[in-house]
Amino acid sequence: MSELSVNHLLGIKYLNKQDIDLIFKTADHFKEVINRPIKKVPSLRDVTIANLFFENSTRTKLSFELAQKRLSADVINFSSAQSSVKKGETLIDTVNNILSMKVDMLVMRHPNPGAGVFLSKHVNACIINAGDGAHEHPTQALLDSYSIREKLGEVVGKNVVIVGDILHSRVALSNIFALQLQGANVMVCGPKTLIPKHIEKLGVKVETNLKKALNWCDVANMLRVQNERMAISYFPSTREYTQQFGLNKTLLNSLDKEITVMHPGPINRGVEITSDVADSNQAIILNQVENGVAIRMAVIYLLASKIKQ
Amino acid sequence: MGKKKLLNTKSIDVILHRLACQLVENHYDFKNTVLIGLQPRGVFLAARLTKILEADYLVKNIQLGALDITFYRDDFRRNEKPLEASSTSMDVAIESKKVVLVDDVLFTGRSIRAALTAIQAYGRPSQIELLVLIDRRFSRDLPIQPTYRGRQVDAINNEKVIVNWQENSSEDAVYLIDK
Repeated sequence: MSELSVNHLLGIKYLNKQDIDLIFKTADHFKEVINRPIKKVPSLRDVTIANLFFENSTRTKLSFELAQKRLSADVINFSSAQSSVKKGETLIDTVNNILSMKVDMLVMRHPNPGAGVFLSKHVNACIINAGDGAHEHPTQALLDSYSIREKLGEVVGKNVVIVGDILHSRVALSNIFALQLQGANVMVCGPKTLIPKHIEKLGVKVETNLKKALNWCDVANMLRVQNERMAISYFPSTREYTQQFGLNKTLLNSLDKEITVMHPGPINRGVEITSDVADSNQAIILNQVENGVAIRMAVIYLLASKIKQ
Repeated sequence: MGKKKLLNTKSIDVILHRLACQLVENHYDFKNTVLIGLQPRGVFLAARLTKILEADYLVKNIQLGALDITFYRDDFRRNEKPLEASSTSMDVAIESKKVVLVDDVLFTGRSIRAALTAIQAYGRPSQIELLVLIDRRFSRDLPIQPTYRGRQVDAINNEKVIVNWQENSSEDAVYLIDK
């Protein structure tokens, strides 16, 4: 039996293809579990997990918490808004205080890139990165690839375009790594101001014309316009962004083939994607959310089994 | 490492027919009965019994499920490697049915304990029975005994009983392996 090559999930960058295959295979089993009348297994009943969210989140936090509870782990939640972080406590101190209460695993979201990697070097616990600044969001990328695999049968050889704010997006970077590991072709598409310089060095195609990009792809992953991360203006107006890079039904129907539409949520309806596209049967947005629980169960299960008793 | 053949194809066939007869005796037409093979190896036995029941005893529409108990095991994090799961296929309703759990070897009884917990996730059966091909005597960690047993075997702890099926290897045979 194979096991993960890593002790933490800090980013897709640290995984190999076998790890992804193992996570997907395990997630298949958990997907069956969460569709049972009683959606819970007792595997992790002696594991305690802390969810540390130093940045707001709804979906990811709920999905992680649900995954942990479906595995019967004990869960404690922490969000920086009501905590001593506001009183000036350092990250390592905060985490070590939590670990003193005999916690085995941490799920952390943090606004600073590399926070998870930093922590993994200084504290003694298994760490899962639930998003660190504009760096990585590994479980999102895993569930995106898993959803593509579910919809199209396999990921290898598929053309995937990631549309929107690539510059501020941790989802984009993790997705690029994950898709390339599995042999997919990746393109990024968006306003030039929101595409990082030298991104083609990662082996991705760059396109600024949405229609051309959509005609090339099998799957379009429409990223959210992250207004909260934009201190300066990267495009003249939201309306202009929508005209150039928004996906609407007319555009979708004008393509040569039927493509699959994904979105990591939360959706700005009418900005990057219109309602009729988001609710069409080409969109697998809600499947992504369902698969998120199964993927996170698999990741937690596989990492927890590496924690020494 | 010694290897001793306990049962050959012929004797397994005889035992399977006897077990099928015993099942018919207790379950008659199987209308209210569900056979559940435990993954990974009990499913072969369950499928084989189903085939015999349908071919030789004219029982029709046997309800058959495959249950994986990995996530219910009590040795999570107590092994070197993660426990690997197999697929579960429970397209049968077990609520108020008679369930027969089917596995190849009964050893410590811990798998069956896990299966009894796992089965609850699908409903409340009216009754649960246990059928095993090989019952290893004197090796139980838990108070669990089979309802139907193929053959009782006395094996000491460092010996292993391996059941081969045509479906997963070349022959039907049971071996006692001395590690």
